[in-house]
Amino acid sequence: MIEQQSQHPVSGSEANAALDEARLRQQAIGVRLRQMFDEVVNEPVPDDFLDILRRADKSAERD
Amino acid sequence: MIDRSPRDPALDEAFKLELVTLIPHLRAFARTLCGDATAADDLAQDAMMKAWDARSSFQMGTNMKAWTFMILRNQFYSEKRRSWRQTQLDQEAAERTLVAVDDPEAPVALDELRLSLGMLPPEQREALILVGAGGFAYEEAAEICGVAVGTVKSRVSRARKALQSILEDGAYDRDGGAAGDAMRSILADAERLSTVR
Repeated sequence: MIEQQSQHPVSGSEANAALDEARLRQQAIGVRLRQMFDEVVNEPVPDDFLDILRRADKSAERD
Repeated sequence: MIDRSPRDPALDEAFKLELVTLIPHLRAFARTLCGDATAADDLAQDAMMKAWDARSSFQMGTNMKAWTFMILRNQFYSEKRRSWRQTQLDQEAAERTLVAVDDPEAPVALDELRLSLGMLPPEQREALILVGAGGFAYEEAAEICGVAVGTVKSRVSRARKALQSILEDGAYDRDGGAAGDAMRSILADAERLSTVR
């Protein structure tokens, strides 16, 4: 291990730093992705949706 | 076989209450499939009605979110199959929506993420959205898409890598000029968000 490190003095820590950086970037993308989705989830539901269900409900009662 | 036996009204009521809580999620998922917000709401409404009509086949207490997402997804792809022309129109509408910046206040990073997502193959985009944004486990996403768990895992992994490189290279299409380093703004926003918490 030590011999290898002396041959490639920075490889170990560089690899770790790159890994951390990649992880950070993926986390950042993940946060954004959820935010994009949640933006629509948090929109008020248009009245049409509930109207349609209400009508379906009435026809179910008639059955 | 259509179930003609009378339904317990209390059961219907419980089903409906749960279905209503899922509407916002169905709308969000539909938006990622269609792009165009109006077409997405039409799709979400169709899926909601299909779920209601099929309520007797749903086992209360099991995962209704995954069940309705599967209905919505099947609806989307069967509509696409039905008409090639409609597919073209959907695609054009999706592209317009992906490119359009309708809210000038919208954070740049979010806009760039939408554009970049639009460049992923549909099956990768879908898998990433279900797992990365919809909060589904790989197993649930696999059930929704009708593929093996391993397939979902590899699609999500490929989507993540592809998305990162698109964002880093600014390789996505954008009207009126070169895309900047989108990754930088996403990282800056993420940092800001984490300090707020």
